[in-house]
Amino acid sequence: MKYALLIYDNEKNWALADDAARTEAYAQHGRFTAMLEERGAVRGGEELAPTDAATTVRDDGGGEFILTDGPYAETSEQLGGFYLVEAADLDEAIEYAKALPGAVVEVRPVVDHPAQ
Amino acid sequence: MTHPAEQAYRAHYGRLLALLAGEHRSLDVAEEALADAYAKAVATWRPGHAPDNPAAWLLTVARRAATDRWRRQATAMRKLPLLITDDDTTAPSGTGPVPDERLRLIFTCCHPALAPAARVALTLRYITGLRTREIARLFLVTEATMAARLTRAKKKIATAGVPYRVPAAADLHERLDTVLHVVYLVFTEGYKATEGAALTRDELADEAIRLAAVVAELMPGERDVSALRALMLLQHARRDARTDTDGDLVRLSEQDRSAWHRHDIDEGLRLLAHARRGTGESRFLIEAQIAAAHATAATPDDTDWDRISALYARLEQRTGSPVVRLNRAVAVAEAQGPAAGLALLEGLDTALAGHHMLPAARAELHTRLGQRAQAHAAYTAAIALAGTDTERRWLASRREAVS
Repeated sequence: MKYALLIYDNEKNWALADDAARTEAYAQHGRFTAMLEERGAVRGGEELAPTDAATTVRDDGGGEFILTDGPYAETSEQLGGFYLVEAADLDEAIEYAKALPGAVVEVRPVVDHPAQ
Repeated sequence: MTHPAEQAYRAHYGRLLALLAGEHRSLDVAEEALADAYAKAVATWRPGHAPDNPAAWLLTVARRAATDRWRRQATAMRKLPLLITDDDTTAPSGTGPVPDERLRLIFTCCHPALAPAARVALTLRYITGLRTREIARLFLVTEATMAARLTRAKKKIATAGVPYRVPAAADLHERLDTVLHVVYLVFTEGYKATEGAALTRDELADEAIRLAAVVAELMPGERDVSALRALMLLQHARRDARTDTDGDLVRLSEQDRSAWHRHDIDEGLRLLAHARRGTGESRFLIEAQIAAAHATAATPDDTDWDRISALYARLEQRTGSPVVRLNRAVAVAEAQGPAAGLALLEGLDTALAGHHMLPAARAELHTRLGQRAQAHAAYTAAIALAGTDTERRWLASRREAVS
């Protein structure tokens, strides 16, 4: 099964991190990716820019769009990046999530659309 | 007399469901096929004359029903997410006409990715075979609510890819702990259900004890399983002495000990002896030893409070729970006097804010120290926080005594 690992963290921590801390964080992600590659489990993933760069576009239902500055939900932890991984089952996906740096990881199955 | 189909339901449901779910990789298909088979049994078995091998009969009919269902609803069912199984674990375990695959069903129902209430509902529904309306009654919710809870949980198992298998050895202990907590949750839910009938309470406790026996049968030798069974049996042995004829709670020190179930106590002590072999001490093992210390005291005065205090201290160290600290304070008050107990209650106010047990315990200890004004005030605080009429009545009568 394919799973999305959605990484949530407090953006302040990242903004305040010094160079050494950032280098270490990227090294952790590098090791994580290497581990996934070894298992042939990588299906994608990206780091997202902080939410102060986000724009939320909302359909008001009447054909108009309302644009707001900022993320969809103002929470203390924000989505900061994601991986797409191939795992045998939820247990394996949870094992990957535990190996990820980041405060909170949400594990979501990706809907499989078989070829008709 | 119970219809033979009903007897067979209770005796074989979990086993049959576990096997069919693996074969068809769907809890829904297994459940519906089994319902068809039992309906057919009710219609065709003459009372007193079940087939020689009811389980094998039911399995054959259910397998046919499942196959029919797949054929009739092929298009719709192709879209269903299937349970994830390992082919190498589908090898039959155990002997007899129906291989016993309940262990993987238990681990799936008690998966930590499911909400605790969902784990409890699934386990009661599929392992013990309780019907949805029965589980709803035991948990004081409507049948529709319980049905929705079960449907949601089943859907999550299938769509999130919760595997249908016994966890790998490395994770087994941690996962077994989750299973045991589900069992204990069923048990304590029974003890908590003070608003329900006493009968309901005992039924839930019985189910929990039955469930633990199934786990013990499937994982023989697991000391933690024995510890939990011992704990539940030693507590459940007191069921008939816990309430008086009006349904009011009777405190341990005032219970008629001749009403305790001797057989349960003996069995509990035997299991405890097994659980204590080897090293390491789980939370359940400490709690079982506390229950045993009470169960083996012939009179309240014979209670070994020093030992109970020491056990609570170890349990507090392990769990850091404020409720355990409160129980420890009560035990220490018995062993060393009320002042020592009161001292241990210091610092619990924030953690136990809103709980009547804390002011109730304080009131009791102030009473023993002859501090009537403080006792009176603490009883008043406890009454304001008590959750049930039974508790309020009891506290009010105690307050009366110090007025």
